[in-house]
Amino acid sequence: MGKYYDMLCHDVRFREGLKACMNCGVCTAVCPAAEFYNYDPRSIVNTVQSRDDDAIEQLLKSDTIWYCGQCMSCRPRCPRANTAGFVIQALRRLSQELGLFVFSEKGRQQLAIKRTIGENILKTGYCIVPKAISPDMHPEQGTIWQWIYDHDTDIYSMFTPSYRTQGAGALKKLDDATMEEMHRIFEVTGGNDLFEKIESFSEKKAREMGYDGADDNYMMDTFTKNSDTEKQ
Amino acid sequence: MRRGAWEDYQKDIADDKYYYARSCIRQNFFPGSEKAFLNIVGRDLGREVFDDPLHTSCTGIGYHSDIVPYETIMTVVARQFSLMHEAGFENFISSCITSFGIYTEILNTWEEFPETEEKTRESLYKATKRELYKPKNLAHTSDVIFHLRDEIKQRMKYPLVNHLTGEKLRVVEHIGCHYAKIFPKRGIGGSEFPYVLAGMIESWGGDVVDYPERRHCCGFGFRNYLVQANRGYSIANSHKKLESMAPYRPDFIVCNCPGCTMFLDKWQYTIAEMEGTTYGEAGQGIPVLTYEEMAGLVLGYDPWELGMQMHAVNVEPLLNKMGVEYDPAAKYLGPNGKYIGKPLQSVVNSSRGNTSLYDIKK
Repeated sequence: MGKYYDMLCHDVRFREGLKACMNCGVCTAVCPAAEFYNYDPRSIVNTVQSRDDDAIEQLLKSDTIWYCGQCMSCRPRCPRANTAGFVIQALRRLSQELGLFVFSEKGRQQLAIKRTIGENILKTGYCIVPKAISPDMHPEQGTIWQWIYDHDTDIYSMFTPSYRTQGAGALKKLDDATMEEMHRIFEVTGGNDLFEKIESFSEKKAREMGYDGADDNYMMDTFTKNSDTEKQ
Repeated sequence: MRRGAWEDYQKDIADDKYYYARSCIRQNFFPGSEKAFLNIVGRDLGREVFDDPLHTSCTGIGYHSDIVPYETIMTVVARQFSLMHEAGFENFISSCITSFGIYTEILNTWEEFPETEEKTRESLYKATKRELYKPKNLAHTSDVIFHLRDEIKQRMKYPLVNHLTGEKLRVVEHIGCHYAKIFPKRGIGGSEFPYVLAGMIESWGGDVVDYPERRHCCGFGFRNYLVQANRGYSIANSHKKLESMAPYRPDFIVCNCPGCTMFLDKWQYTIAEMEGTTYGEAGQGIPVLTYEEMAGLVLGYDPWELGMQMHAVNVEPLLNKMGVEYDPAAKYLGPNGKYIGKPLQSVVNSSRGNTSLYDIKK
C-alpha cells in the first residue's frame, strides 16, 4: 500500500499540491472541466490521499485524469492551500512514465499532442507556427484563418521583418545553434525520453487494437474520435 | 477591510530596460500587437526594450498538455534567463500569460525546493554551457502598459468614449487564469480583484463591465483545445462567458492573454456558423481586442497597422463608435497596398445573426 503515492511524492508539484484535503469540494464547484465532463477533482484528490494502490492505479488508467484543463482555478480557492491541478499534472506524468495512459481513450490522445506540439517544438523552437495550423484540422479558425494561411508571407511581413527568416521579430526562424541547445536540453532533462515512451507504449497499444502500429491512422483516430458520442 | 491587506497585491514593475520574450500564440494570431508593444513602449515612450533573436518558446503549451516534463521546461526557462543576462538586462517581460504563469511557478519552485534550482543549473550547463541568472524583476507585458497608462493618457487621441453620444464605452475585461490564479500576489490586484486591464480602461475613459462569469476560464484547457475530439469543452466555456456578458451590452472585450483573445474571438465565429447566434449589436459579434490594440487605438494607431484585420469578428463597429479615422478599403490589402484577395463572408459579421441580447429588466 502506498507504492504509487510514494512515486507521486517524487514530483515537487505533487508535494506542493497536496497538503491535506478536507473534502469541502470548492475545487469542484469552480472547475470548468467539472461543468463539462463527469469530473470531480475533489474525489480524485481524496482517492490519492487514501494511498490505496488499486484505486490510484485505476485513476492512472482512466479517462478521468485527462479531463482537467489546467486553468488552475482550483488553486486560489482551496481553503487548505491544495492544488488539484498540480495533483493532476503529477498523475498524468506518472501515467505516461508507467505506460498506463494507453488504457484510456483520453490518455491515448497524448500521442497526437506529442506529434503536433512536441514535434513543432523540436522542429521550429515554437509550440505552434502558422503553417502547422491547417484549416482542415481547425475549422473553428474560420474564413479569416484560411485567408491568413493562404497569404501568410504577405500578411506576416507587414508585422515582422523576420517571418521564417533569421533575425529579431515575430515568427523568426531560429538559428542552428539555438535549435541545437533546445535539442540538448530535451536530451539532458528527460524530454526526449518522455517522447520515446509515449511513442513506444502507443505502438504496442495500437497493435493490440488491430492497427498496423501507431501510424497516421491510429494517431488521427486518437485526435478526432470520441467513442461515447459515436455510440449515440 | 484592513487597508494594509492591499499592500500584498501591489506589484513592483520595472520602469525601463526590458528583456522581451515573445509569445507563440500572440505572434501567430496577433503579430501586430507585439509590433505595437515595441513601438508604444520603445519608440513613443522612450523605454529600452530588447527583442532577442535567440530566445525560443518557453514550451508552455507542451508543458500544460503534459508532454514536456517539468525538468525540461525549467531548463528552457533557465536558458531564457541566461540570454537576458548575456544581453545585459535584469527585467524580464513576457508577452504571454501561459509563459508568465510558468516563469512565476518556476521561480517559486526554485525557492520552495532549492534542489530543483541546483538541478536546473546543472542541466543548463550540461546542455548549453550557460550559467543561470535569475531576473531582478518579472512582469507580463500588460503590467508594463498598466505601469505606463498615465503616459499613454497624456498622448491619447481617441478616448474609450462613444464620440457620437459622449457615453463611456462598456468594456469586458478578461485577465486570463494564469495571470493571477496560480500566484495571486504576482498579479496586480491578485485573483480576486485583478486591476491590470481595468486600470487601463478607467484611465482611458471607459467603463468596466462586471458580469457573473467575469472570472470564468475562456476555455482553452490546453489538451481540451489541442485535440480536435475535445474541443467541445473549449467552445462550451467561451459560450458560457458570452451568454453571461451579452445582457450587459459590452462595446468590446479586451484580453490579457493571447490565447483568451483568440478563443473569445474565434468561438464567436464558430457559434454563429453553428447556431446563427451572435452576441453583439445589430446581429454581429462583440469585437475582441488585445490590450496592445486597445492602447494603440487610444494613441491613434491605424487599426490595420495594428493587425486588427486578422480578427474573426469585425472591429469596424467599435472604430466607428470611437470616431477612429481609418480606410475601410485598405483592410485586406497586403504589403505596399497589394491586393491579395479577401476572406469569405461569415455569419458573425453578416448582421444575419440571431442576437442573444435580451432586456435584463424583463
